[in-house]
Amino acid sequence: MAMISDAPVLQQTSEPAEGAAMRSRLSRYARPVLGVLLPLTLALGWELVVWSGWSNGRLVPPPSRVLATITELARSGELVRHITATLWRVGLGFAFGVIAGTLLGAVSGYWSLARRLLDPTVQALRAIPSLAWVPLFILWLGIFETSKIALIAVGVFFPVYLGVMGAILIVDRKIVEVGRTFRLSGPAMIRRILLPAVLPAYVVSLRVGLGLGWMFVVAAELIGASEGLGYLLLDGQQLGKPAQILAAIVIFAILGKLTDWLIEVAAAPFLRWQDAFGRAKGA
Amino acid sequence: MLALDRVSKTYPNGVEALARFSAEIRQGEIIAIIGGSGCGKSTLLRAIAGLDRASSGSVTLDDETISSPHAKIGIIFQEPRLLPWLSVADNIGFGLADLPATERREKVARALERVGLADKAQAWPRELSGGQAQRVAIARALVPRPEVLLLDEPFSALDAFTRRDIQDHLLDLWADTRPTLILVTHDVDEAVVLADRVLVMRPRPGRLFDQIEINLGRPRDRNSPLFENFKRSVLTSLDRSLDRSVPDRDATQGPGQAMWW
Repeated sequence: MAMISDAPVLQQTSEPAEGAAMRSRLSRYARPVLGVLLPLTLALGWELVVWSGWSNGRLVPPPSRVLATITELARSGELVRHITATLWRVGLGFAFGVIAGTLLGAVSGYWSLARRLLDPTVQALRAIPSLAWVPLFILWLGIFETSKIALIAVGVFFPVYLGVMGAILIVDRKIVEVGRTFRLSGPAMIRRILLPAVLPAYVVSLRVGLGLGWMFVVAAELIGASEGLGYLLLDGQQLGKPAQILAAIVIFAILGKLTDWLIEVAAAPFLRWQDAFGRAKGA
Repeated sequence: MLALDRVSKTYPNGVEALARFSAEIRQGEIIAIIGGSGCGKSTLLRAIAGLDRASSGSVTLDDETISSPHAKIGIIFQEPRLLPWLSVADNIGFGLADLPATERREKVARALERVGLADKAQAWPRELSGGQAQRVAIARALVPRPEVLLLDEPFSALDAFTRRDIQDHLLDLWADTRPTLILVTHDVDEAVVLADRVLVMRPRPGRLFDQIEINLGRPRDRNSPLFENFKRSVLTSLDRSLDRSVPDRDATQGPGQAMWW
């Protein structure tokens, strides 16, 4: 999106802006490059250190060895199996968490009686470290998929609930009044005023929720799983394969960033109207 | 005919914002309400709009009591209050959701043309200047053809130049369908330029103090001596309204007796 917002700048600047246009074009490619500069340098540095023999790289394997582990896992089909298992858990847990968080958050935000009834309990539950649920979930739901998905859903639920409720509560009274003067009915008020007004905050809460979903999938898979990226982590630890642990971590990073980016991209067309600090900077 | 009958408003905290305000306003008349701060101007306007309910008294439009927002009554606020997620065209068409799409598009296009923003149809509200945004707000309020249009200090945030321009523009638009305009303002100049009748209110509690008929043809010359005269009489009345030693007159008198000075 940063790149789209550069376009009008290019059109406006005319003659003395030859340099500016160049700079702008440069920054279009430079910006992503800048982002990978630090990790790339570190990785290359470490690779060199191991290659030149200053370190044996046994506990901290160089990038080449991590990469080799990943390709090996991919070739055997293991990788796809683990990624699918993890994605499936995160996906389901995220879906349940989002649905519950959105519904309850909307009810609490819109209807003050429900907020008084519901919110104190939800806030109290939120104060419990989510991992404390693990033993109970295992007792209730067994050690297989259900308890894992429930744990992830719990992690996703709270930020979404808070985000939706908070966003509804701070919708500008003045804008709501515009809806009233045009005599919008309840559902029309929700659809035409409240929904678009809370969307930016909602997207943020979804992204936070997804982040927590990834966090909890690791917790769930560390506790007991026979497949999944979290299992790869545990397996690597128990068998003393740091390259496998790092491989799993790298894949977590990639998948987390990718899914977050998907939400951002999916929401972008609905948020083009925003007049915010971040947009102007093209950040 | 819009009839205000002893409209009073006392807020839950005990503040008496408006006390027994009565007035009869003819269809197509332009009224300016002017007064010191805290005189209940906005409270009155919100009661007419049906946004707040009066504590006692009634607002009736053509024999219909107003207690909630009404299709025949539009309002323009101090801020444009455009919906930031809708394009300029969609903002103007906001009140026309019940119409078929083609008819709505037509009306919106005509309104855009009329306020001189045809080239901004697809722009976002954030891309507009203050004056343009307020023009869009005017178009949005006028496009459903209200019988009464309320304006709550709509131009107070604009610079003097833009304000003058948009005042003329408002009169121009008013001439199309001649709705009743009720304008709350603190700008004497604005009141005399626009209004057929100026209602002066006095604060604590907000009540009607005086009415001044502006018998000037349109368009009005802001520099003519007559215009200056009317401005002076409104200012004098405004000064007296803030002077506590001046007693209330019976505000229910007809406008004929208002020329007491």
